[in-house]
Amino acid sequence: MIRVVLPAHLRTLAGVSGEVSLEVVGDVTQRSVLDALEARYPMLCGTIRDHGTLQRRAFLRFFACTEDLSRESPDALLPEAVARGTEPFLVIGAVAGG
Amino acid sequence: MSKVRVLVGTKKGAFVLTSDGKREQWEVSGPHFAGWEIYHVKGSPVDPNRLYASQSSGWFGQIIQRSNDGGTTWEQMGNKFLYDGVPGTHQWYDGTPHPWEFKRVWHLEPSLTDVETVYAGVEDAALFRSADGGKNWEELSGLRGHGSGPHWAPGAGGMCLHTIILDPSDAERMYIAISAAGAFRTDDGGRTWKPINQGLRSEHTPDPTAEVGHCVHHIAMHPSRPGTLFMQKHWDVMRSDNAGDLWQEVSGNLPTDFGFAIDVHAHEPETIFVVPIKSDSEHYPPDGKLRVYRSKTGGNEWEALTKGLPQKDCYVNVLRDAMAVDSLDSCGVYFGTTGGQVYASPDAGNSWAPIVRDLPAVLSVEVQTLS
Repeated sequence: MIRVVLPAHLRTLAGVSGEVSLEVVGDVTQRSVLDALEARYPMLCGTIRDHGTLQRRAFLRFFACTEDLSRESPDALLPEAVARGTEPFLVIGAVAGG
Repeated sequence: MSKVRVLVGTKKGAFVLTSDGKREQWEVSGPHFAGWEIYHVKGSPVDPNRLYASQSSGWFGQIIQRSNDGGTTWEQMGNKFLYDGVPGTHQWYDGTPHPWEFKRVWHLEPSLTDVETVYAGVEDAALFRSADGGKNWEELSGLRGHGSGPHWAPGAGGMCLHTIILDPSDAERMYIAISAAGAFRTDDGGRTWKPINQGLRSEHTPDPTAEVGHCVHHIAMHPSRPGTLFMQKHWDVMRSDNAGDLWQEVSGNLPTDFGFAIDVHAHEPETIFVVPIKSDSEHYPPDGKLRVYRSKTGGNEWEALTKGLPQKDCYVNVLRDAMAVDSLDSCGVYFGTTGGQVYASPDAGNSWAPIVRDLPAVLSVEVQTLS
Protein backbone atom coordinates (compact mmCIF):
# COMPACT_ATOMS: atom_id res chain seq x y z
CA MET A 1 0.00 0.00 0.00
CA ILE A 2 1.14 3.50 -0.78
CA ARG A 3 1.06 5.92 2.12
CA VAL A 4 0.12 9.56 1.46
CA VAL A 5 0.29 12.42 3.94
CA LEU A 6 -2.01 15.35 3.19
CA PRO A 7 -2.13 18.90 4.59
CA ALA A 8 -4.75 19.50 7.26
CA HIS A 9 -7.26 21.30 5.02
CA LEU A 10 -7.22 18.45 2.51
CA ARG A 11 -7.64 15.88 5.27
CA THR A 12 -10.73 17.81 6.34
CA LEU A 13 -12.12 17.83 2.80
CA ALA A 14 -11.44 14.12 2.42
CA GLY A 15 -12.83 13.32 5.85
CA VAL A 16 -9.70 11.51 7.03
CA SER A 17 -7.70 12.09 10.16
CA GLY A 18 -4.32 10.58 9.40
CA GLU A 19 -2.33 9.10 6.57
CA VAL A 20 -4.13 7.76 3.54
CA SER A 21 -3.28 4.28 2.26
CA LEU A 22 -3.80 3.61 -1.43
CA GLU A 23 -3.59 0.64 -3.73
CA VAL A 24 -1.69 1.68 -6.85
CA VAL A 25 -1.62 -0.60 -9.86
CA GLY A 26 1.51 -0.60 -12.01
CA ASP A 27 4.35 1.87 -11.72
CA VAL A 28 4.31 4.04 -8.62
CA THR A 29 4.68 7.59 -9.88
CA GLN A 30 3.33 10.99 -8.85
CA ARG A 31 0.66 10.62 -11.52
CA SER A 32 -0.44 7.14 -10.54
CA VAL A 33 -0.51 8.01 -6.84
CA LEU A 34 -2.51 11.19 -7.42
CA ASP A 35 -4.84 9.40 -9.82
CA ALA A 36 -5.51 6.77 -7.15
CA LEU A 37 -5.92 9.45 -4.48
CA GLU A 38 -8.45 11.41 -6.55
CA ALA A 39 -10.31 8.25 -7.53
CA ARG A 40 -10.80 7.34 -3.90
CA TYR A 41 -11.36 10.91 -2.71
CA PRO A 42 -12.96 12.78 -5.63
CA MET A 43 -13.50 15.81 -3.41
CA LEU A 44 -9.74 16.42 -3.74
CA CYS A 45 -9.90 16.82 -7.52
CA GLY A 46 -8.57 20.24 -8.43
CA THR A 47 -7.09 20.91 -5.01
CA ILE A 48 -3.63 19.40 -5.57
CA ARG A 49 -3.32 19.71 -9.33
CA ASP A 50 -5.18 21.82 -11.83
CA HIS A 51 -8.28 20.24 -13.37
CA GLY A 52 -7.33 21.08 -16.91
CA THR A 53 -3.54 20.93 -17.08
CA LEU A 54 -2.97 18.48 -14.19
CA GLN A 55 -0.08 20.73 -13.15
CA ARG A 56 0.80 20.79 -9.45
CA ARG A 57 -0.75 23.82 -7.78
CA ALA A 58 1.81 26.55 -7.24
CA PHE A 59 1.79 26.61 -3.44
CA LEU A 60 2.11 22.85 -3.00
CA ARG A 61 5.17 20.63 -3.17
CA PHE A 62 5.76 16.89 -3.15
CA PHE A 63 8.36 15.24 -0.89
CA ALA A 64 9.42 11.68 -0.10
CA CYS A 65 12.43 10.24 1.69
CA THR A 66 13.58 13.82 2.49
CA GLU A 67 13.80 14.61 -1.24
CA ASP A 68 11.87 17.39 -2.97
CA LEU A 69 10.20 15.67 -5.91
CA SER A 70 8.12 18.66 -6.97
CA ARG A 71 9.99 19.27 -10.18
CA GLU A 72 10.31 15.62 -11.17
CA SER A 73 8.31 14.36 -14.11
CA PRO A 74 4.86 13.17 -12.99
CA ASP A 75 5.71 9.88 -14.67
CA ALA A 76 9.08 9.36 -12.95
CA LEU A 77 9.18 6.44 -10.55
CA LEU A 78 8.87 7.42 -6.91
CA PRO A 79 11.53 6.14 -4.49
CA GLU A 80 11.42 2.42 -3.81
CA ALA A 81 10.63 3.05 -0.14
CA VAL A 82 7.41 4.83 -1.18
CA ALA A 83 6.50 1.98 -3.54
CA ARG A 84 7.10 -0.52 -0.71
CA GLY A 85 5.04 1.55 1.72
CA THR A 86 7.84 2.08 4.21
CA GLU A 87 7.95 5.81 3.55
CA PRO A 88 5.02 8.17 2.80
CA PHE A 89 4.50 10.46 -0.17
CA LEU A 90 4.07 13.93 1.30
CA VAL A 91 1.87 16.71 -0.11
CA ILE A 92 3.03 19.88 1.61
CA GLY A 93 1.60 23.39 1.49
CA ALA A 94 3.76 26.51 1.51
CA VAL A 95 4.35 27.82 5.00
CA ALA A 96 2.27 30.90 5.72
CA GLY A 97 1.59 33.10 8.66
CA GLY A 98 4.80 34.83 9.47
CA MET B 1 -42.96 35.37 12.94
CA SER B 2 -40.41 36.52 10.42
CA LYS B 3 -36.80 35.62 10.74
CA VAL B 4 -33.62 37.01 9.26
CA ARG B 5 -30.57 35.02 8.26
CA VAL B 6 -27.36 36.88 7.46
CA LEU B 7 -24.77 34.95 5.45
CA VAL B 8 -21.26 36.24 6.02
CA GLY B 9 -18.18 35.28 4.03
CA THR B 10 -14.83 36.09 5.62
CA LYS B 11 -11.13 35.60 5.01
CA LYS B 12 -11.16 32.58 7.33
CA GLY B 13 -14.57 30.97 7.07
CA ALA B 14 -18.31 31.51 6.76
CA PHE B 15 -20.70 32.56 9.49
CA VAL B 16 -24.47 32.39 9.66
CA LEU B 17 -26.17 35.00 11.86
CA THR B 18 -29.84 34.57 12.70
CA SER B 19 -32.44 36.67 14.45
CA ASP B 20 -36.18 37.08 14.68
CA GLY B 21 -37.88 39.99 12.96
CA LYS B 22 -36.98 42.39 15.74
CA ARG B 23 -33.32 42.01 14.79
CA GLU B 24 -32.13 42.67 18.32
CA GLN B 25 -30.85 39.28 19.53
CA TRP B 26 -28.58 37.28 17.24
CA GLU B 27 -27.24 33.76 17.16
CA VAL B 28 -23.89 33.20 15.50
CA SER B 29 -23.00 29.93 13.79
CA GLY B 30 -19.53 29.25 12.46
CA PRO B 31 -16.89 29.29 11.34
CA HIS B 32 -17.96 27.00 8.54
CA PHE B 33 -15.03 25.91 6.32
CA ALA B 34 -12.63 27.26 8.92
CA GLY B 35 -9.44 28.71 7.56
CA TRP B 36 -10.68 29.08 3.98
CA GLU B 37 -11.52 32.30 2.19
CA ILE B 38 -15.26 32.48 1.66
CA TYR B 39 -15.81 35.03 -1.04
CA HIS B 40 -19.57 34.65 -1.15
CA VAL B 41 -22.53 32.78 0.32
CA LYS B 42 -26.00 33.21 -1.11
CA GLY B 43 -29.39 31.55 -0.78
CA SER B 44 -31.85 30.56 -3.46
CA PRO B 45 -34.95 32.76 -3.76
CA VAL B 46 -36.85 29.60 -4.73
CA ASP B 47 -35.83 27.59 -1.67
CA PRO B 48 -34.22 29.72 1.04
CA ASN B 49 -32.71 26.65 2.68
CA ARG B 50 -30.65 26.02 -0.46
CA LEU B 51 -27.40 27.94 0.04
CA TYR B 52 -24.32 28.08 -2.14
CA ALA B 53 -20.87 29.03 -0.86
CA SER B 54 -17.63 29.82 -2.65
CA GLN B 55 -14.73 28.41 -0.63
CA SER B 56 -11.23 29.08 -1.91
CA SER B 57 -7.60 29.03 -0.97
CA GLY B 58 -4.37 30.14 -2.52
CA TRP B 59 -3.01 26.68 -1.75
CA PHE B 60 -5.85 24.40 -2.70
CA GLY B 61 -7.93 26.33 -5.22
CA GLN B 62 -11.68 26.48 -5.51
CA ILE B 63 -14.37 24.50 -3.71
CA ILE B 64 -18.12 24.97 -4.07
CA GLN B 65 -20.30 24.05 -1.11
CA ARG B 66 -24.06 23.61 -1.00
CA SER B 67 -26.47 23.40 1.89
CA ASN B 68 -30.05 22.17 1.76
CA ASP B 69 -30.87 23.07 5.34
CA GLY B 70 -30.04 26.74 5.65
CA GLY B 71 -26.40 26.27 6.48
CA THR B 72 -26.55 23.61 9.18
CA THR B 73 -24.90 20.98 6.99
CA TRP B 74 -22.99 21.30 3.73
CA GLU B 75 -21.92 19.09 0.84
CA GLN B 76 -19.09 19.66 -1.56
CA MET B 77 -20.16 20.22 -5.16
CA GLY B 78 -18.25 20.44 -8.44
CA ASN B 79 -15.22 22.68 -8.76
CA LYS B 80 -14.35 22.16 -12.40
CA PHE B 81 -14.38 25.61 -13.94
CA LEU B 82 -12.91 25.15 -17.38
CA TYR B 83 -13.03 27.96 -19.91
CA ASP B 84 -14.80 27.14 -23.13
CA GLY B 85 -12.34 26.37 -25.93
CA VAL B 86 -8.90 27.95 -26.02
CA PRO B 87 -9.13 30.69 -23.41
CA GLY B 88 -6.72 33.10 -25.09
CA THR B 89 -5.30 36.18 -23.43
CA HIS B 90 -6.37 39.38 -21.72
CA GLN B 91 -4.20 42.35 -20.86
CA TRP B 92 -1.89 42.15 -17.89
CA TYR B 93 -1.17 45.14 -15.65
CA ASP B 94 1.62 46.28 -17.96
CA GLY B 95 -0.53 45.93 -21.07
CA THR B 96 1.08 42.73 -22.29
CA PRO B 97 -1.06 39.71 -23.22
CA HIS B 98 -1.64 37.33 -20.30
CA PRO B 99 -3.27 33.91 -20.48
CA TRP B 100 -6.73 33.56 -19.04
CA GLU B 101 -6.34 31.56 -15.81
CA PHE B 102 -9.09 30.49 -13.43
CA LYS B 103 -8.38 31.59 -9.85
CA ARG B 104 -11.59 31.67 -7.83
CA VAL B 105 -15.32 32.28 -7.71
CA TRP B 106 -16.14 35.75 -6.46
CA HIS B 107 -19.92 35.68 -6.63
CA LEU B 108 -22.67 33.07 -6.75
CA GLU B 109 -26.12 34.09 -7.99
CA PRO B 110 -28.88 31.51 -7.64
CA SER B 111 -31.64 31.59 -10.25
CA LEU B 112 -34.84 33.44 -9.43
CA THR B 113 -36.97 30.57 -10.71
CA ASP B 114 -35.05 27.29 -10.65
CA VAL B 115 -33.48 25.99 -7.47
CA GLU B 116 -30.95 23.90 -9.39
CA THR B 117 -29.63 26.76 -11.53
CA VAL B 118 -26.90 29.00 -10.19
CA TYR B 119 -24.47 31.40 -11.85
CA ALA B 120 -20.85 31.95 -10.84
CA GLY B 121 -18.74 35.01 -11.54
CA VAL B 122 -15.08 34.10 -11.56
CA GLU B 123 -11.54 35.46 -11.75
CA ASP B 124 -10.12 35.63 -14.44
CA ALA B 125 -13.36 37.18 -15.55
CA ALA B 126 -15.95 34.81 -16.93
CA LEU B 127 -19.49 33.72 -16.20
CA PHE B 128 -20.37 30.11 -15.51
CA ARG B 129 -23.73 28.41 -15.01
CA SER B 130 -24.70 25.20 -13.30
CA ALA B 131 -28.08 23.65 -14.05
CA ASP B 132 -27.68 20.80 -11.55
CA GLY B 133 -27.26 22.55 -8.24
CA GLY B 134 -23.54 23.16 -8.55
CA LYS B 135 -22.32 19.74 -9.64
CA ASN B 136 -21.28 20.73 -13.15
CA TRP B 137 -20.34 24.13 -14.53
CA GLU B 138 -20.44 25.46 -18.06
CA GLU B 139 -19.05 28.77 -19.21
CA LEU B 140 -21.38 31.25 -20.90
CA SER B 141 -18.57 32.06 -23.25
CA GLY B 142 -20.43 34.64 -25.29
CA LEU B 143 -19.32 37.15 -22.68
CA ARG B 144 -15.57 36.63 -23.12
CA GLY B 145 -16.21 36.10 -26.81
CA HIS B 146 -17.99 39.37 -27.26
CA GLY B 147 -14.83 40.77 -28.83
CA SER B 148 -13.34 43.08 -26.23
CA GLY B 149 -12.03 40.29 -23.99
CA PRO B 150 -8.39 40.59 -25.14
CA HIS B 151 -8.48 44.23 -23.98
CA TRP B 152 -9.79 43.58 -20.48
CA ALA B 153 -7.30 44.20 -17.69
CA PRO B 154 -7.35 43.38 -13.98
CA GLY B 155 -7.98 45.84 -11.20
CA ALA B 156 -5.77 45.71 -8.13
CA GLY B 157 -7.90 42.91 -6.70
CA GLY B 158 -7.65 40.78 -9.82
CA MET B 159 -9.75 40.54 -12.97
CA CYS B 160 -12.92 39.45 -11.27
CA LEU B 161 -16.49 39.12 -12.40
CA HIS B 162 -18.05 40.21 -9.14
CA THR B 163 -21.60 41.30 -9.89
CA ILE B 164 -24.43 39.24 -11.40
CA ILE B 165 -27.93 40.71 -11.51
CA LEU B 166 -30.88 38.72 -12.86
CA ASP B 167 -33.82 40.70 -14.19
CA PRO B 168 -36.99 39.48 -12.45
CA SER B 169 -39.17 40.77 -15.29
CA ASP B 170 -37.20 39.26 -18.16
CA ALA B 171 -35.65 35.81 -17.86
CA GLU B 172 -33.39 36.52 -20.82
CA ARG B 173 -31.84 39.67 -19.37
CA MET B 174 -28.87 39.69 -17.04
CA TYR B 175 -26.26 42.24 -15.99
CA ILE B 176 -22.69 41.53 -14.93
CA ALA B 177 -19.74 43.69 -13.95
CA ILE B 178 -16.02 43.09 -14.17
CA SER B 179 -13.14 44.90 -12.54
CA ALA B 180 -11.64 46.51 -14.56
CA ALA B 181 -13.52 45.91 -17.80
CA GLY B 182 -16.90 47.40 -16.96
CA ALA B 183 -20.56 46.42 -17.10
CA PHE B 184 -22.19 44.14 -19.66
CA ARG B 185 -25.76 43.10 -20.42
CA THR B 186 -27.30 40.14 -22.17
CA ASP B 187 -30.83 40.17 -23.56
CA ASP B 188 -30.78 36.60 -24.81
CA GLY B 189 -30.05 34.51 -21.75
CA GLY B 190 -26.29 34.84 -21.91
CA ARG B 191 -25.59 33.94 -25.52
CA THR B 192 -24.54 37.44 -26.56
CA TRP B 193 -23.45 40.44 -24.54
CA LYS B 194 -22.96 44.15 -25.01
CA PRO B 195 -20.85 46.51 -22.95
CA ILE B 196 -23.01 49.07 -21.14
CA ASN B 197 -20.48 51.68 -20.11
CA GLN B 198 -21.59 54.78 -21.98
CA GLY B 199 -21.53 57.76 -19.66
CA LEU B 200 -18.81 56.36 -17.42
CA ARG B 201 -15.59 58.37 -17.15
CA SER B 202 -12.42 56.81 -15.77
CA GLU B 203 -9.88 59.58 -15.60
CA HIS B 204 -6.97 57.37 -14.67
CA THR B 205 -7.16 55.48 -17.97
CA PRO B 206 -5.76 56.41 -21.40
CA ASP B 207 -9.26 56.78 -22.86
CA PRO B 208 -11.60 57.92 -20.07
CA THR B 209 -14.75 57.13 -22.05
CA ALA B 210 -13.64 53.88 -23.67
CA GLU B 211 -16.21 51.19 -24.41
CA VAL B 212 -14.46 48.88 -21.92
CA GLY B 213 -11.79 49.38 -19.28
CA HIS B 214 -13.83 50.86 -16.42
CA CYS B 215 -13.33 49.67 -12.89
CA VAL B 216 -16.92 49.03 -11.86
CA HIS B 217 -16.99 48.06 -8.19
CA HIS B 218 -20.62 47.05 -7.76
CA ILE B 219 -24.11 47.46 -9.23
CA ALA B 220 -27.47 47.28 -7.47
CA MET B 221 -31.02 47.09 -8.76
CA HIS B 222 -34.45 47.21 -7.16
CA PRO B 223 -36.57 44.30 -8.39
CA SER B 224 -39.57 46.53 -9.05
CA ARG B 225 -37.53 48.70 -11.43
CA PRO B 226 -35.23 46.38 -13.31
CA GLY B 227 -34.27 49.06 -15.84
CA THR B 228 -32.82 51.32 -13.17
CA LEU B 229 -29.31 50.47 -12.03
CA PHE B 230 -27.10 52.08 -9.42
CA MET B 231 -23.35 51.72 -9.66
CA GLN B 232 -20.44 52.34 -7.34
CA LYS B 233 -17.54 52.79 -9.70
CA HIS B 234 -13.91 52.99 -8.60
CA TRP B 235 -14.57 56.71 -8.39
CA ASP B 236 -18.11 58.03 -8.99
CA VAL B 237 -21.56 56.85 -8.02
CA MET B 238 -23.68 56.43 -11.15
CA ARG B 239 -27.22 55.57 -12.17
CA SER B 240 -28.86 54.42 -15.35
CA ASP B 241 -32.57 54.50 -16.13
CA ASN B 242 -32.35 52.61 -19.39
CA ALA B 243 -30.86 49.26 -18.42
CA GLY B 244 -27.31 50.53 -18.58
CA ASP B 245 -27.44 52.07 -22.03
CA LEU B 246 -26.44 55.42 -20.55
CA TRP B 247 -25.13 56.33 -17.12
CA GLN B 248 -25.16 59.64 -15.27
CA GLU B 249 -23.21 60.60 -12.20
CA VAL B 250 -25.16 61.01 -8.94
CA SER B 251 -22.28 61.44 -6.51
CA GLY B 252 -23.68 64.83 -5.47
CA ASN B 253 -22.60 65.89 -2.00
CA LEU B 254 -20.80 62.69 -0.96
CA PRO B 255 -17.57 63.43 0.94
CA THR B 256 -15.77 61.13 -1.51
CA ASP B 257 -17.25 59.18 -4.38
CA PHE B 258 -14.78 56.30 -4.09
CA GLY B 259 -16.17 53.16 -2.53
CA PHE B 260 -17.14 49.57 -3.10
CA ALA B 261 -20.60 48.73 -1.75
CA ILE B 262 -23.96 50.02 -2.95
CA ASP B 263 -27.48 48.77 -2.33
CA VAL B 264 -31.13 49.75 -2.68
CA HIS B 265 -33.83 49.94 0.01
CA ALA B 266 -36.18 46.94 -0.17
CA HIS B 267 -39.35 49.03 -0.47
CA GLU B 268 -38.17 52.41 -1.76
CA PRO B 269 -36.55 52.05 -5.18
CA GLU B 270 -35.10 55.58 -5.04
CA THR B 271 -33.47 55.09 -1.64
CA ILE B 272 -29.90 53.92 -1.97
CA PHE B 273 -26.97 53.34 0.36
CA VAL B 274 -23.21 53.67 -0.12
CA VAL B 275 -20.18 53.67 2.17
CA PRO B 276 -17.75 56.36 1.01
CA ILE B 277 -14.10 55.36 1.24
CA LYS B 278 -11.37 57.98 1.21
CA SER B 279 -9.46 56.93 -1.89
CA ASP B 280 -8.11 54.05 -3.93
CA SER B 281 -4.80 54.22 -2.08
CA GLU B 282 -6.39 54.66 1.36
CA HIS B 283 -9.04 52.02 1.73
CA TYR B 284 -10.68 53.47 4.82
CA PRO B 285 -13.42 56.00 5.59
CA PRO B 286 -12.65 59.74 5.49
CA ASP B 287 -11.62 61.28 8.83
CA GLY B 288 -11.69 57.91 10.59
CA LYS B 289 -15.52 58.09 10.69
CA LEU B 290 -17.51 55.11 9.46
CA ARG B 291 -20.55 56.60 7.76
CA VAL B 292 -23.17 55.06 5.54
CA TYR B 293 -24.64 57.62 3.18
CA ARG B 294 -28.27 57.38 2.16
CA SER B 295 -29.99 59.11 -0.70
CA LYS B 296 -33.79 59.12 -0.83
CA THR B 297 -33.74 60.78 -4.23
CA GLY B 298 -31.91 58.16 -6.20
CA GLY B 299 -28.61 59.95 -5.81
CA ASN B 300 -27.18 63.49 -5.81
CA GLU B 301 -28.58 64.40 -2.38
CA TRP B 302 -27.00 62.31 0.36
CA GLU B 303 -27.24 62.25 4.15
CA ALA B 304 -24.71 60.74 6.51
CA LEU B 305 -25.96 57.95 8.77
CA THR B 306 -23.78 57.76 11.85
CA LYS B 307 -25.87 56.68 14.85
CA GLY B 308 -24.23 53.61 16.34
CA LEU B 309 -21.25 53.64 13.97
CA PRO B 310 -17.72 54.54 15.13
CA GLN B 311 -17.04 58.22 14.52
CA LYS B 312 -13.39 58.32 15.45
CA ASP B 313 -10.29 56.24 14.76
CA CYS B 314 -12.06 53.87 12.38
CA TYR B 315 -9.97 52.66 9.44
CA VAL B 316 -11.80 49.65 8.08
CA ASN B 317 -13.03 49.06 4.55
CA VAL B 318 -16.38 47.76 3.32
CA LEU B 319 -15.94 45.52 0.30
CA ARG B 320 -18.18 45.37 -2.76
CA ASP B 321 -20.31 42.37 -1.84
CA ALA B 322 -20.46 43.20 1.86
CA MET B 323 -23.74 45.14 2.01
CA ALA B 324 -27.28 43.78 1.80
CA VAL B 325 -30.86 44.57 2.80
CA ASP B 326 -33.68 42.51 4.22
CA SER B 327 -37.29 42.88 3.10
CA LEU B 328 -39.06 43.29 6.42
CA ASP B 329 -41.53 46.17 6.76
CA SER B 330 -38.89 48.38 8.25
CA CYS B 331 -36.07 47.61 5.84
CA GLY B 332 -32.97 46.24 7.51
CA VAL B 333 -29.57 47.20 6.16
CA TYR B 334 -26.41 45.21 6.87
CA PHE B 335 -22.75 45.55 6.08
CA GLY B 336 -19.49 43.91 7.08
CA THR B 337 -16.04 45.42 7.43
CA THR B 338 -12.49 44.33 6.91
CA GLY B 339 -12.14 44.75 10.67
CA GLY B 340 -14.54 41.87 11.23
CA GLN B 341 -17.62 43.80 12.33
CA VAL B 342 -21.06 43.13 10.89
CA TYR B 343 -23.39 46.06 11.50
CA ALA B 344 -27.17 45.93 11.25
CA SER B 345 -29.72 48.68 11.04
CA PRO B 346 -33.36 47.62 11.60
CA ASP B 347 -34.64 51.06 10.55
CA ALA B 348 -33.28 51.66 7.06
CA GLY B 349 -30.03 53.12 8.27
CA ASN B 350 -31.25 55.53 10.95
CA SER B 351 -29.46 53.60 13.68
CA TRP B 352 -26.87 50.85 13.72
CA ALA B 353 -25.52 48.22 16.07
CA PRO B 354 -22.91 45.52 15.58
CA ILE B 355 -24.20 41.96 15.36
CA VAL B 356 -20.64 40.73 15.80
CA ARG B 357 -17.43 42.68 16.30
CA ASP B 358 -14.54 40.30 15.92
CA LEU B 359 -14.90 38.08 12.89
CA PRO B 360 -12.09 37.70 10.36
CA ALA B 361 -12.11 40.34 7.62
CA VAL B 362 -15.55 40.30 6.01
CA LEU B 363 -15.65 39.65 2.26
CA SER B 364 -19.39 39.39 1.70
CA VAL B 365 -22.76 39.80 3.38
CA GLU B 366 -26.07 38.51 2.10
CA VAL B 367 -29.43 38.55 3.88
CA GLN B 368 -32.41 36.24 3.71
CA THR B 369 -35.82 37.26 5.03
CA LEU B 370 -37.58 34.10 6.14
CA SER B 371 -41.24 33.63 7.02
